[in-house]
Amino acid sequence: MDTNAIYVLWLRDMKRFLRAKSRIIGMIMMPMFFLLGLGLGFNGLIHLSTGGSYLEFLVPGIIGMSLLFTSITSGTAVLFDRQFGFLKEILVTPNSRASIVIGRVAGGATTAVLQSILIVIVSLFIGFQPVISSVTFTAIIFMLLIAATFISLGLIFGSIINDFQGFQLVTNFVTLPLFFLSNAIFPLSSLPSFVQYISYANPLTYGIDGIRGALTGTSTYPLILDFTVMVAFFIIMVIIAAYAFSKTDVD
Amino acid sequence: MENAISANGISKHFGQLKAVDNVSFNVHEGEIFGLLGPNGAGKTTTIKMLTTLIPMTSGSAVVAGYGVKKSQNDVRKRIGIIFQDPSLDDELTGWENLEFHAILYKIGKQKRTDKINEVLKLVELEDKKDILIKDYSGGMKRRLEIARGLIHEPKVLFLDEPTVGLDPQTRRKIWDYIKKLNETHGTTVILTTHYIEEADYLCNRVAFVDHGKLVALDTPENLKDKLGGDVVSVQVNGKTEDFKKLFKKHAWVKTISGHDGSVDLTVKEGEKKIPEIVDIARKAGIGIGGISLHKPSLEDVFIYYTGKAIREEEAQGWRGIIRAARAKHR
Ligand SMILES: Nc1ncnc2c1ncn2[C@@H]1O[C@H](COP(=O)(O)OP(=O)(O)OP(=O)(O)O)[C@@H](O)[C@H]1O
Ligand SMILES: [Mg+2]
Repeated sequence: MDTNAIYVLWLRDMKRFLRAKSRIIGMIMMPMFFLLGLGLGFNGLIHLSTGGSYLEFLVPGIIGMSLLFTSITSGTAVLFDRQFGFLKEILVTPNSRASIVIGRVAGGATTAVLQSILIVIVSLFIGFQPVISSVTFTAIIFMLLIAATFISLGLIFGSIINDFQGFQLVTNFVTLPLFFLSNAIFPLSSLPSFVQYISYANPLTYGIDGIRGALTGTSTYPLILDFTVMVAFFIIMVIIAAYAFSKTDVD
Repeated sequence: MENAISANGISKHFGQLKAVDNVSFNVHEGEIFGLLGPNGAGKTTTIKMLTTLIPMTSGSAVVAGYGVKKSQNDVRKRIGIIFQDPSLDDELTGWENLEFHAILYKIGKQKRTDKINEVLKLVELEDKKDILIKDYSGGMKRRLEIARGLIHEPKVLFLDEPTVGLDPQTRRKIWDYIKKLNETHGTTVILTTHYIEEADYLCNRVAFVDHGKLVALDTPENLKDKLGGDVVSVQVNGKTEDFKKLFKKHAWVKTISGHDGSVDLTVKEGEKKIPEIVDIARKAGIGIGGISLHKPSLEDVFIYYTGKAIREEEAQGWRGIIRAARAKHR
């Protein structure tokens, strides 16, 4: 592993993230609208069998959504690097493709998790009350795992796809289904059974369930199961990403 | 002499197009080597193959002692490249772009800072180092890219049209730096260019490429000698045919051509032959209206080999201007 390359790519993402203030606000706006729209609208209407409020259920789901969207975008950003020529500068340096992938994942995951934490903070103001316990902060681990998994998925697309139409397709035919076919906004048990089955194969389901367990104390599966499944998904994705990226074209 | 680069029958096909077609050449260690050719000749593609950026369709190459296919990382450690197309991160500052590059080449903190300051000074961007690339001008970006390619002191430096878009003074400075780098560090340089003067000034040897094929390779002097020497154009008053006949007798005149009172003689060392030409004509009683000397450029050599100019659009541009000027006079 070339730690220098991992560090540079991580640092690059951090700098770009901190510099683009308007982008941060933009990326937090959408989850906030969802949270306000769905959360306040359905809060009195939906009653969960587990007893908690809908808002409590929704906040982890919206965090998962935000992680999903930012991460896939961050992965497919390879496309922009290729377009603007920076990709070849990285690829011609003596660093393994795997290190470059890990650096990108590390940078993207850090910024995605920072955003999620911001969302948690903002949601405190609209009535979200996390249950503080010994596992509360494991939420961050689940956030990282969701981010890392979907950045890897984004990297796979970014490595294969060469144009921006393809990028649009990914957003519409991958990201949105991943979002809707999960437990992000409704409990799986309230969904039609075929949707449930698809959701079992969706890493987002386990990631959000993990965040839910950590922040609200209620989850469908034991946290250790969520964790194990997420780690497995991440490892598979990052290996495919490293392979796809090693085959990618410079322009 | 060791070879810094040896390309053996390398080809790159994009579908039907043979962008690079079975090209072989060696670049000696410590040499400045030029690849010249018109747009789309395959120069950049050749460089991308030699720098491990794209796989070759066939053939093999050794760069800085390592096989390009088998030992990519060893090659990458020893080479530097200045790309033809933009390759900076727009959302980082100049300094950050350079520093990230240095870290990617595992250069320690102190050396890194020194080296970055040195190259920034060379390209005169010290005062711009902390602004974002997106606020740089085109020429400034180019200079920063050049600076970046030099930071890690590569053994073999690839320059793909290094001075495109630079003003003449900066271009000159960059040339001199490349020369110095080559002389003091023994850096091998391979460059592609459209600027004939650049190749003439810098290169020990030049290869012409056209349609993916290598059409000639030699020192600039030898290439020019292939044309037989300089062209002396003589404005003859009247007796053009007599004048031509007069010079056919002399073995040192390689070729004679001309019409409408103007005769071109190809001779070696034209400047020294001019007095003699004038003398011979006067003795034969042929009046001379004027004489001009044209030293062959690499451009002429290129035309000789391929039947077209390296910068076709420019040549046409000139013709266009001349045509327009003529039309005006009428
Ligand atoms: N990725 C690619 N896919 C398809 N064709 C390509 C690709 N890259 C280059 N080509 C084609 O290969 C040929 C050679 O291109 P190349 O960039 O090597 O030319 P060049 O000599 O560098 O030209 P220039 O002087 O304009 O930079 C061109 O016809 C170009 O269109
Ligand atoms: Mg080119």
